Amino acid sequence: MKRKTIRRGVTYFLLALFSFVMAYPIVWWFFASFKHTYDLADRSLWPKEWTLENYREGWTMGGLTFTTFYKNTIFITLMNVIGTIITAGLVAYGFGRLNFKGKNIWFAILMITMMLPSQVTVISQYIMYNKLNLTDTYVPLILPHWCGGGAFFVFLLVQFVRGVPRDLDEAAKIDGCGRWRIYWRILFPIMKPAFVTAGIYSFIWSWDDFYSQMLYINSSSKFTVSLGLRMFIDQADIKWGPLLAMSLLSVIPSLVIFFINQKEFVEGVATTGLKG
Amino acid sequence: MSSQNQHKGLTKVQKKRKAYENWGGYAYIAPWLIGFFLLSAWPMIYSFYLSFTDYSMLKSPNWIGIRNYRNIFTTDLNFKKSLGITFRFVFIAVPAKLIFALFIANLLSKDVKGMSLYRTLVYLPSLIGGSVAVSMVWKNIFGLDGYVNTLLGVFGIAPVPWLVSTQFSLYTLILMNVWQFGSSMIIFLAGLKQIPRDLYEAAKVDGAGSVRCFFHITLPQLSPVIFFNLINSLINAFQQFNSAYLVSSGGPAHSTYLYALMLYEKAYISYKMGYASGLAWILLVIIGIFTAINFIGSKYWVHYDD
Repeated sequence: MKRKTIRRGVTYFLLALFSFVMAYPIVWWFFASFKHTYDLADRSLWPKEWTLENYREGWTMGGLTFTTFYKNTIFITLMNVIGTIITAGLVAYGFGRLNFKGKNIWFAILMITMMLPSQVTVISQYIMYNKLNLTDTYVPLILPHWCGGGAFFVFLLVQFVRGVPRDLDEAAKIDGCGRWRIYWRILFPIMKPAFVTAGIYSFIWSWDDFYSQMLYINSSSKFTVSLGLRMFIDQADIKWGPLLAMSLLSVIPSLVIFFINQKEFVEGVATTGLKG
Repeated sequence: MSSQNQHKGLTKVQKKRKAYENWGGYAYIAPWLIGFFLLSAWPMIYSFYLSFTDYSMLKSPNWIGIRNYRNIFTTDLNFKKSLGITFRFVFIAVPAKLIFALFIANLLSKDVKGMSLYRTLVYLPSLIGGSVAVSMVWKNIFGLDGYVNTLLGVFGIAPVPWLVSTQFSLYTLILMNVWQFGSSMIIFLAGLKQIPRDLYEAAKVDGAGSVRCFFHITLPQLSPVIFFNLINSLINAFQQFNSAYLVSSGGPAHSTYLYALMLYEKAYISYKMGYASGLAWILLVIIGIFTAINFIGSKYWVHYDD
């Protein structure tokens, strides 16, 4: 019995230690955003003097404000979430419920594309968008999400569709419902929890995206939050206070969404092995 | 569904029904199918073609045979250097991350109180880890007069040149990668919950300690999940870009010049699209080889219950 108590104690100690180490940089970040620049590297977490100066100064970037960057990012993110839910749902219904020639081959290809490094496609895509004069627009950022939203989302939803008992659609079929009515009236409402999970991921990934935004967006009036943040380090003298403050603001939407939907989120990672 | 009569030849009605089903299926997967051809299949083929040209976006591509590949393997010193750095990154970061994730998942699986709080805390870095914001924080706290050195100073340790010395810079990026072990951890945690309790109880009756239980029950039972995490982390690690670009800009002295960063610079800074396509295909082959090795090797250590 005693050994068990000791082991418990060790477990709790290690857990507390590791969560502390993991979360410490984030806690530091929070307090640092309210510090004056001269106070940044001070050993105490607590600011010597609390200031909102970083937020005020950071919000404006050479004539532009983060208001613009947030508007742009919110637009792109919403378009991507909507596109993912609409198209990935349809594709998942096709793969999960309908029978057609070559289904298994296409599904295998879908799974392979999940492992494909984006580097082999991104150069050609860049050239293609360039030739179509679509660089410096949001089309390259949004279009992929309207094509099934990516293999991850299709896979996530297919797994869910397969778990829904077939009796429901069989009954509807006997009542004379066609494919579309079965999907729209029966499966779509049932799939709601899976759509929530897909929507959360789609939101966070679009919000955090950097690579494609950097490739395609040139005019600063079209900049997103990620690109706005990068502008800080392009300067010779990095203003750390404002940069940390704006960085902190930029992760708040993802954090809020995560905390509201924690259960779906963790289940989503666990069941499909999605990267978070 | 309507294929009971497949062997006897189909009646007209059945044929019509079959065609209806086929077209219906394709209509529903059409969004993905279009995306696949437009954004995956064609771009892949085109970049393969480009890798045999000298395309620079200004003039139309010129066929130059295998010259790109020959240059990459013989004269390009950056390629060799970058490949070596990337291998070092992958081979240290991936095992470290997985071992750490498994260790924490194992602690959390023991019905501890406040499990979801711990889970949340260790998952946070993974949730936001890919963002520009976190790279900025990392760049700051690992600066020469950053917060990490301040804390070390409390213990009397001299400032460590985390990002400005070729000796440490890559390890700082590896540390950042390992710090984001949360999603692998959650997958492990779900896997651990699937292991039947009675296996452990039977082993305990036989007098096995917790270390033996871990190596003889947990590891074999968990091996499919470990395999899955290994493949995923490996593929992601080979493509690591954000931290190298944002935190260390590949430096100092190219010490963090990861493959994806080299590729980016060749393609979008020097506009050597043909050359960069060659680099991309080499990366694809490397990732393919490692994935294949893993799949072949998995026969010897991954146990599936039948």
